[in-house]
This record gives sequence, C-alpha cells and structure tokens, in this order.
Amino acid sequence: MRKAEFVMAVVMGIFSLYLMWKSAELPVGWISGEGPGGGAWPFWLSAIMAICCVMILVNWYRRKSPPSQSDEVFMDRGTTIAVGLVAGSLIVTVALFYVIGVYGALPLFMIFYVRYLGKHSWPVTAVMATVTPVATFFFFDIALKITLPKGLPIVEETVFFPLYKIFL
Amino acid sequence: MIKTKQQLFGLGIAMGLGVAAIGLPQAAQSAWEPKKPVQFVVMAGKGGGADKAVRFMQSIIAKNKLAPVPITPINKPGGSGAEALVYMKGKKGDDYTLMFTLNSFYTTPLRQPALGVKVEDFTPIMRMAEDTFCLWVNSDRKDINNVDDFVKAAKAKGNGWIMAGTGKASEDNLLTDFLNTTYGLKMKYVPYKGGGKVAKELAGNNADSTVNNPSEQLGFFEAGKTKPLACFTPARIDLFKDAPTFKELGKDFVYFMQRTVVGAPGMSKDAEAYYQGLFKKVFESSEWQGYMKKKALQGDSLSADALMNYWKKQRDVHKGMLMKMGAIKG
Amino acid sequence: MADILLHLIQGFAIAFEPLNLLLIILGCTIGLFIGAMPGLGSVNGVAILLPLTFLVPPTGAIIFLAAIYYGAMYGGAISSIMLGIPGASTAVATTFDGRPLAKLGMADKALTAAALASFVGGTISVVLFTFVAPPLAHVALRFGAPEEFSLMMLAFATFVGLGGDDIPKTIFSIAIGLVFAAVGLDIISGEPRLVFGDIPGFMHGINFLVLAIGIYGIGEMLWTVEENYKAGGKSMMSDAVITVQRTISNLKELLSTWKTALMGSFLGYFVGILPAAGATPGSLMAYGIAKQISKEPDKFGKGAVDGVVAPEAANNAASTGSMLPMLTLGIPGSPTTAILLGGMVIWGLEPGPRLFTDHADFVWGLIASLYAANLFAVIINIAFIPAFIWVLKLPFTLLAPIIFVLCIIGGYAPTQDMHDVWLMIAFGIVGYLMRKLDYPLAPAVLAIVLGPLAEPAMRQSLLISGGEFSIFFTRPFSAPIMIAALILLALPLLKPLLRLVNGKKAKA
Repeated sequence: MRKAEFVMAVVMGIFSLYLMWKSAELPVGWISGEGPGGGAWPFWLSAIMAICCVMILVNWYRRKSPPSQSDEVFMDRGTTIAVGLVAGSLIVTVALFYVIGVYGALPLFMIFYVRYLGKHSWPVTAVMATVTPVATFFFFDIALKITLPKGLPIVEETVFFPLYKIFL
Repeated sequence: MIKTKQQLFGLGIAMGLGVAAIGLPQAAQSAWEPKKPVQFVVMAGKGGGADKAVRFMQSIIAKNKLAPVPITPINKPGGSGAEALVYMKGKKGDDYTLMFTLNSFYTTPLRQPALGVKVEDFTPIMRMAEDTFCLWVNSDRKDINNVDDFVKAAKAKGNGWIMAGTGKASEDNLLTDFLNTTYGLKMKYVPYKGGGKVAKELAGNNADSTVNNPSEQLGFFEAGKTKPLACFTPARIDLFKDAPTFKELGKDFVYFMQRTVVGAPGMSKDAEAYYQGLFKKVFESSEWQGYMKKKALQGDSLSADALMNYWKKQRDVHKGMLMKMGAIKG
Repeated sequence: MADILLHLIQGFAIAFEPLNLLLIILGCTIGLFIGAMPGLGSVNGVAILLPLTFLVPPTGAIIFLAAIYYGAMYGGAISSIMLGIPGASTAVATTFDGRPLAKLGMADKALTAAALASFVGGTISVVLFTFVAPPLAHVALRFGAPEEFSLMMLAFATFVGLGGDDIPKTIFSIAIGLVFAAVGLDIISGEPRLVFGDIPGFMHGINFLVLAIGIYGIGEMLWTVEENYKAGGKSMMSDAVITVQRTISNLKELLSTWKTALMGSFLGYFVGILPAAGATPGSLMAYGIAKQISKEPDKFGKGAVDGVVAPEAANNAASTGSMLPMLTLGIPGSPTTAILLGGMVIWGLEPGPRLFTDHADFVWGLIASLYAANLFAVIINIAFIPAFIWVLKLPFTLLAPIIFVLCIIGGYAPTQDMHDVWLMIAFGIVGYLMRKLDYPLAPAVLAIVLGPLAEPAMRQSLLISGGEFSIFFTRPFSAPIMIAALILLALPLLKPLLRLVNGKKAKA
C-alpha cells in the first residue's frame, strides 16, 4: 500500500505537469482589459494539482495518511487476478466491437462472465447471452434509434440488413 | 485499420454486386436505396439551431415516409465543427453519412489547416436555406431607432459597448468586425455559447447589441423586447418591414449563413443522386416551406455542381474576411 | 386568481382527454426507463422521441414530452440508488446517500424517499408555476454571466467539506475535475484546448457522463468485484427486502423529512428558473444545504435519508422551473427544455409572453398535464419498486455483467463515439486504483459538472468589465449571491479559528 501511494502520487504529479505544459499552448497569463487567457484556468488548476501531489508525498514521507502507514499489499495475487480478469474482459469486449460489433461481443462477454467467472449453469448462461443482446437491440437500435456499432461492414450486411428490413 | 475496413467494405460491395449481377440482372438497374440507418451529423450540440433543423428534417422524412430507413441525428459539436469535419473525413466513401453544415464549414478548415479538410472533398447534396442576420438592440434604448443613432451611441461608449455573439471567428464575429471597420467603432465582442443565449443576453440588457439570426430574436421581437435596426440581406425581410438593409444605407454588404446538407467525401454517384432527390422532396414539403417562412429563411434549393461552385465562392469570400480580421494569414 | 383557477380547470379538461391521458402515462413510463438507464437522461429521451410527436396535435405532443421529462427525472434516481451510477448530471447528488442506503440494505427506503420527494418537489413547483410565473421570468432575464458565475460559486460553496479527510487529495480531486472540464474548445478565444494527442474525440470535451459512469460505474464495480472476491463470492449489490410493514415504517420515517423536502422544492424551483442553470446546480445546492442545516451532518454520505430527499425534491422542482423561462421568454433553462423549445417552434408555436394569451389552451393544458404527469410518475415509480428490489437480489455474478453492459452502452449512446467508451474504461480503472488509496472522487465529478458552467461565465464577465472583479459585487443580483458564497466558503476556515478563541477562553 505504501509503495502504491508513492507511485500514484508521482504518476499524478507527472500528469499534472503534462497538463500544465499542454495548457500553456494558450496564453496562461492575464490579458489586460480581457481577464485571464484561454489557458489560464487549466494551467493554474494543474499547478494546484501538482502542489497537492507534492503534499501527498510529504504526507507519505512523514507517514501521515492511512495508505502510507499500511503495510498491507496493495493488490494481492487473488485480487489482481479477480479484478484483472474483469477489467481485461471489458477491454477485449470493447475491442471486439470493431470486428464483430456490439451484438457479437456481448454474448461472448456474457458467456465468459456468467459461465467462467460466475460458475452458473449453461442454461442460465444461455439465457443471459441471448436476452442481453436481444433486449439491447430492441431498446437502442429499434426503439430509440441509437445505432450501436455493428463491426465490420460484412457483419452488418449479412446479419443486420435483413433485420433492418423487418423492424425499421 | 481504416484502410483494411475500406478494403473489406469494397470487397463486400464487389461481392454484393457480383451476386446481384449473376442472380438478378434487372436489379442492378433499379435505383439505389439505403439499407441501414443513415447518420446525420450535426456540427453543433443538442438544442442548438442546427440541431433543431436536423431533427425537423428527420421528422419530415419520417412523417411523410420519404426514406425506407430512419435518419438518425448524431451531434459532433467539438471545436467549432472541427470534430464533425474530421469525422466526415474518416468516413470517406461511405454512403450512409450526411452532415448538416453552417458557415463553419468554410471558416474552420481555413483557421485550422492542420485538419486537412477542404470543401472540395465533400459531396454536395442540397442547400436547404440561407439564414439571414440583422443588427439588434434592446427596445429600452429609446434613443436608438436607426443605424445612425446606433453608431453615435456605440462611438460614445468606445470599447465599453458590448456586442454579444456566438464564438470567436464565427459569423457574428465577422459581422461585428464589418461594423467596427465600416463605421469606425470599437465595440467589444463577447462570445457566448449558442445564438439563443446571445439573444437572451440582449433582451436582459446584459449586452448592448447583437447580430442574431431573425429566428433567434423572433420571440423577444414579438414580445417587444428587442428591435432590429438593419439587416444584412439584399432586400428587406417581410417580418421586419421597418428595418432597412445595409445596402439601402449605402454599404454594399450582404451576408448569409448556409444551412446545407453535405455528404461524406467520395460518396458513390448513386447514393449522391438518391440523397439529392430525398432532400429535394424535403425542401419542397409544405412543412419545410412553412418553417422557412416562419424563421425568415431565404434562398432556393441548390445542389450538385451549382452547390459546389457556391461553396468555393463562399470559401474565398470568408478567406478574405478572416484575413482582414487577422484570424488567418495568407 | 379566479381567472387562473378557471384556466386550470379548462387545462385539466384538456389533460384528461383520453389521448392526452394515454400520452401522459406512456410518457412517464418510457421516461422512467430512459432515466433509469445509466448514460441516458431526460435530454436523450426528449431528443430521441421528439420526431414521434409530429403524429399527434401540438398539445398532445408537448404533454408527451413533458411526461417523458418528468418520468426521466424520477428514473434518474433509480440507477443512482441501485447501482450508484448517476444516469444524468441531475442525479449526481442522489448517489451520495442513495447508494450507501442501498448498501445498508435499505434500497427500498431510498427508492421510496426519492419517489415521494420527487412528487413533493414536482407538485410544489407546479403550484408555484401556476400562480407566480411571469414576474419571475423577468428576474431570469436579468441573469447574465456575472450572476451565473456567482451562482456557481454558491453551488461550490455549499459543498465545502464534502470530500474526505485527506485535504491534499480532496483538492487534487476538485482540480482534476475542473481541468477535465476545460478540455475541448475555449469558447472565448475559439481555440482548441487540451486536445490530447490531437485526437478528435477530445474536441467535444470530456462529457460529465464519461467520468461519472467510469468512476461510479466501472470503478465502483471493480471495487465490488474485489470485495466479492474477499468475501468469498457472497457480496451483493444490496440485500434489501420489501414488505408492507417495512414500507409503512419507511413512510413514517419519511414524514420527518418534510422540512428538507420543502427546502429542496423551493430552492430547486428558483434555481431551475434561472437560465443555463437548470436542475443540476439546484440539486447539488439542495444537498449541500440539507447537510448544513441537518442536526446530524455526519450521517450525510453514509446513508442519510435527507440526503436523498433534498436533491430529488430539488431536481424535479427545477425541471418544472426551467419550463417557465422557456414558455414565457423562449429561453431554455436546461438542455432538455432547449429541445422542447425546438419542438414548439416546429409545431408552429412561438414561445414568448404572448403564448399565454394566444395559445391559452396549449399553456394550461401543459400545466394541468404536469400535475397529472407528476401523479402518474410517482404511482408508476412506486409500483416498480418491488421489481427493482428483486433485480438487486440477483446473484452478483449475474447482475455485474448486466451493469457492465449498461455502463458501456450508456457511455456510447449519448455521443455515439467509441472514444468515449475507451475513456470511460480508463477512468474506471484509474478511479478504482485511486479509490483504493483513499482519493475522494465525488469532488471530481461535481467539478466536471460545474466547471463548464463556471469558467466561461467568469471570463465573459471579466471581458465585459474589462478585467475588473468588481463586476461580481456591483450588480443587484450578483452581489448578494457572491457575498453569500464567500461567507459559506470562509466558514470552515473560520470555525477552527473560533474554536481556538473559545478554547483559550475556556482555559482562561
């Protein structure tokens, strides 16, 4: 935990400095008769962020904040695997949107989560994997007319053109 | 990624055409029709003037069943239209993406050459209308009844005279600059988000003058809160019979904002023809004609090459104006 | 007065025409579900369904949209309480105590409180709307950039002390929210700002929803995944039960929150009237004030019923309030009313003072339908509570993937841009790690809501005044608001000082 507190403060400190540098693309000073320049607001706030990071580090050094006193492991092995699997599956699911679209990726995500992480039976998994995309399709694509990503054109042409013909 | 997508898309089309050519020799001759929902990109946020117009056109198409698929508006308000333009650029060759544009269609590429977009790239579908501009002041200003009074009052206040408008280097800013140089004024331009907000600032006496579109001020005008002094049109607007044009006042200056439907770059000829036909029907519908009248919109429908020529001409006009203003160089 | 009542009775006759009544019920139900969906709020609901309304006469159309608006305001509380994800910015404040209540197994109480508070807020504001409309519209018109900035300062000031115990981390969180709020376009100079890596997705700025769904949705769920893992797979979203007895005791307890409900309603209504403010600052301020005046301020953030009642009463009251400037002046008080306004113009109605005389049927039909919509919304909402509780009792491993899907789709739907989905997941993962290290994240979400309203208002004011800060103190509406804000901001600094003085006295 102590190490993580240090790393986070340093990373956020560097990020603050980057934000300051990026804000400085616009004038950050006072323009006479007009008020602050376009970059002033984010620039000075990023500066405050950077100062806060320094203060967090000071607290870390003096062991004043709870995480800097804790000897607990930040992410133990089990937690890393449990959270990592979920976060990873989300990233893979969203990446698959580009290839097989939302309606290809959602059933896969459901099968992975319900069956492999949740250890539910196959019938339950099957219900979840079909109901979720079908409900999503009718709610978003049909009722609200918000077109969700369909992936590669070939997927849309073969699978969805007939569906559009029926429902739209 | 994009490239492979396009190749696959092309492959898909080729396969589709192949199948059509073999299986249904007659089908190839039938007119192109969209087979999936068409995205209608709006260069502005939800609730703004352009957004309302797009949703109105969408409803005309839906109500009169002009298209077999829904037209779905999608807002890309970022960077004065830059986000929408870059998005359209990425949709090269797509037959299902349209955009509704304003004059930022010219000014944004001029101001941000790094975007790498030119008006020539886009597919001209249909100019639906040209919006007009007038010079407005609050009705409480009993001392200001014409442009001469206005010039006198604004001169007296120097740079304490507040002109509210919709963003830097926007249409409103260009017109403010015109007034400043033509009449030797030093009005201070304060940008707000959206024309409705600008109109309200004037009605609430938080600004001294504006150059709103008639539609934005209409509610306040009818309530007797604001009054037009003169309009940037070739002829007087029916709704404001008493307001002269700047042309009548001896300044040879006319300014419009286009409200035009644009297709993605490199759209297929068939799709282009289809959308031109579709929006011709929208333009001619009684709903659209009524809307134009109520909003004091002008201009005929314009499409294909005539529209492209209009764009090029307007782009050059705006280039000159922006250079004069100092917003761009050469 | 008699005049108004007569109009109102005529209005009810219109609202209770079979078609209009059907539209009210349909609109409330649709709105409820759209609002309950993380990512979709009243703006999306109204914008998406606007074209449908051309099939019915204008009065029916606005009644339908107003019912959706109302339903969505009710619905926003549902995802805030059940999932801890605010579906719209108006419901952010509801998560602060709604979610803790649900975690304590009192989701039913929180949902009931939200529904009833919404009803109280909605009803009070419709009554106010009926009887004191036009003079207030003129106050709204006078509200310019300096007043807006002062109001934002006041909204911020009511939140002092909301963060955690770690002061540098709290300030860091506020600052990062405000910086993210600045991403996109600087409207004063017209230049792109903080467009990281020239990615076009940053040009429209960082939407509040992306951060909120990222932190409260993805981040919070990852946190629950960890808890679930540590608890050996036994943790649940909420182990609420619902019985008649519990409901009755809940209702009894809710009676004691009437003061908070009234405060929230009045505050929400008046803030809602102000153009550009809308329901979000109204609900935030109501929460802040409820905490300040509460006898047990320490309970706030840990599951205080008043913390649900105040913002819910306020956001519903504000949604009615924001219709006032729309109808009388044609100025939208919120993005949703901006779209309603667009609809009205398309239907051939020109908003403005003359609307009340030229189209009295329309106006009074709408007002009457607001009363009706409010009633139906609360009935429909309460009727669904057992169903929501049932959903919460699903095993975590079934509920979690559904919530993740809702988050992802909810992040995509408002802008239809994959960029926002990726950004949301990144915020979720980083937010989860930061939360483990005791960084309070609620201030960042608040800051990204208020930042885009505050910064342009401040700079427009300074542009008008030529760089003089005195502009905030010399205008009749701005001055009192700004002074109130500064006093509130100074209070926490003064308190330790006072304590010090008192302590010395006590010793002496």
